[in-house]
Amino acid sequence: MNNTDQIVQDADVELSFLSSVVKENGNQPAALIPILQMIQEKYRYLPKNAMEFVADALGLSPATVYGVATFYAQFSLEPKGKYVIKVCDGTACHVRGSSAVYDAICKRVELVDGKSTTKDGTYTVETVSCLGACVLAPVVTINDKVYGEMTPEAINIILDTLEKEGTNHDQNA
Amino acid sequence: MIKTRKQILEVQNTYNEAIQRGKARIVVCAGPGCVANGSPQVYEKLVAELKSRDLYTTVDCLLQDEASESGVTAVNSGCQGFCEKGPLVRIEPEGILYTKVQPEDVPEIIDALEADTVVERLLYQDPETNEVIAKEGQIPFYKYQTRVALSNCGVVDPEDIRAYIARGGYQGLANALNMSSAQVIEHILEANLRGRGGGGFPAGRKWAIAASQEADQKYIICNGDEGDPGAFMDRSIMEGDPHSVLEGMMIAGYAIGASEGYIYVRAEYPLAVQRLKKTIADALQYGFLGTNILGSDFSFTIKVKEGAGAFVCGEESALIASIEGERGMPRPKPPFPAVAGLWGKPTIINNVETLANVAHILDKGVDWFKSIGTEKSPGTKTFALTGEVENTGLIEVPMGRTIEEIVFKIGGGIRNGKEFKAVQIGGPSGGCLTKEQLGITLDFDSLRKVGAMMGSGGLVVMDENTCVVEVARFFMNFIQSESCGKCTFCREGTMQMLDILQRIVDGQGTLDDLDLLVELGEMVQIGSLCGLGKSAPNPVLSTLENFREEYLAHIVDKRCPAGVCQSLRRYVISAEKCKGCSRCARECPANAISGSVGSPYAIDPEKCIKCGACVTVCKFKAIEEVW
Repeated sequence: MNNTDQIVQDADVELSFLSSVVKENGNQPAALIPILQMIQEKYRYLPKNAMEFVADALGLSPATVYGVATFYAQFSLEPKGKYVIKVCDGTACHVRGSSAVYDAICKRVELVDGKSTTKDGTYTVETVSCLGACVLAPVVTINDKVYGEMTPEAINIILDTLEKEGTNHDQNA
Repeated sequence: MIKTRKQILEVQNTYNEAIQRGKARIVVCAGPGCVANGSPQVYEKLVAELKSRDLYTTVDCLLQDEASESGVTAVNSGCQGFCEKGPLVRIEPEGILYTKVQPEDVPEIIDALEADTVVERLLYQDPETNEVIAKEGQIPFYKYQTRVALSNCGVVDPEDIRAYIARGGYQGLANALNMSSAQVIEHILEANLRGRGGGGFPAGRKWAIAASQEADQKYIICNGDEGDPGAFMDRSIMEGDPHSVLEGMMIAGYAIGASEGYIYVRAEYPLAVQRLKKTIADALQYGFLGTNILGSDFSFTIKVKEGAGAFVCGEESALIASIEGERGMPRPKPPFPAVAGLWGKPTIINNVETLANVAHILDKGVDWFKSIGTEKSPGTKTFALTGEVENTGLIEVPMGRTIEEIVFKIGGGIRNGKEFKAVQIGGPSGGCLTKEQLGITLDFDSLRKVGAMMGSGGLVVMDENTCVVEVARFFMNFIQSESCGKCTFCREGTMQMLDILQRIVDGQGTLDDLDLLVELGEMVQIGSLCGLGKSAPNPVLSTLENFREEYLAHIVDKRCPAGVCQSLRRYVISAEKCKGCSRCARECPANAISGSVGSPYAIDPEKCIKCGACVTVCKFKAIEEVW
């Protein structure tokens, strides 16, 4: 499992937080997914030492926890950017041109080599299968705020505004 | 705490009387489409405006104070369906529907309300007849629908349990608890309620199997893992009428002898999660959940489980594995979950929409249910109508309607006056139906006959500018990345099929590829354990059958007739218009243009990188893009 090398090692996880999460969900193996979800919500990814802590607390092998963490799309082993941009690529969005929107975003934030997070950690750009807002296709969400009927031009304007109002948006989100 | 049917009826009557005492009730749609289009701002403005005119009241005030007759209440509802025209605002009791409402329209709406008139410019206008239609029920989009599972969605305030009771809610449960559990199952069997998640398996038969098992614990799971791209029916029900899902689960629990239920919701639906949690708390407080429900011996609790983003978890055994905290991988059946499911106990897994129908059947009766739809597929089906159709939105129609009726009567036809090409039904498990198949009726059996399937109910309409080969590639890409990897045929086969499809859209396909696709497709169908793999080749096989000439155009002519596949775009210099100035040849970064000054130049398609630089520099507009 070479992939484990990619796991970021240096996260400052708070043991008190991890213990409280385990306490809240119980230490049964069935609690694994909700526990990982809460950790991911706090750190925006799953730090390696946090996964080890959880494995220990639930009496599971680290490999089992790693297996679950890599199986589900929601979990990330790398820190996500400050702005998480999700481009919906469900059928309706795809038919109405979501690929062009995705390409425009990648070009704009200078994402290369199949990476999903920019070097400076500002943006994470990913596609999702369906956000269930098909009537607004193509749909993009930025930190869970929904933008409908996107075009490459429109998304550039939104990103312009976002960059200008950076801090404001952060507070709202 | 409600303990008797009489108390339910009391809540219903008091609530309905209170509402009638108000002058009007304004229902603002807070479905996902309308919210993204700004309906929360409309609602805010509405409340502020009503308050400033001293008209604002709430249901609670009306319940307490019988004198406030001129008061107007304003509520947020779940999805009203006509998302295309959102944000939607409906004025009740008249049922006037305002479309595309913006905050600045609010004062005018209230002026009209006070003067008993309407704001004509915000009403729906029929694009064909130009007729302005004020009442929701008379708009063609709504007129051809029959709402059962969605009957409260878009009508009630989903966070007010009394509003649900006022619409007849929890009376189905009361009826069920007055019967034996065997009688309840008999009702569902007789109504022939078939699973709305796609398979169409009779819910009553599943229940009967689980009921006949001896076990110390049994479970009901509501499958809200709506992962089909292009589908949002279950989301709308969970957000817009969550109590109906709970009530269905309680009745199912009583029928099979389960005391615990789980609702498994996709992680992408945070509002549904939040609503369901509130709804469960309210139902507990009113005594519909907990111990000795409605004074009976029946006890039931419900927990919400959030998915973590895996399409395969829509499959029963994978869903169970996910609740148990494992990777969501399917396991061989039998034993079926109804015999050995969650933690090895008998478990019933029903889809959201199936459960939302249950309470209505117990409340209004088997005969009523069977009077809707077809003999073999009674009842209704919800669909998410999207893509290149005029009226996108959430709809519910009796089973047995034709695709033509849905696309043209309810959907209003194709956008921008374009030609209908195909409709994709059933998402990655379904198929593409052609113009010639528009007359096919939508029910479980007719669709299966033509190699499509109901799926959960996504209907994506495609026009002449959609490339079906590219759509087939799109679905295969989705399935390939969502395959859990357990079965070799699904894991490797979908990868190979995707490779071939990618080759074809890149203009590198051969005729042998088509036979190979069919062969691989059949192997994947046979060699996969669960529905994901078994149905994965459907979009490819159905388009190969119905749109073979489009595949041939990509392979033989190296053309994409719809003008989608970028690799097949070509640039051609018109010999007539070209003056032989050589400007393009000098500009071309790939040295793909050759010729001699004074006579027409030509582009070598092999060398051309399709950058379009030549088009930009040609002063004579002699270079054209062709597909």
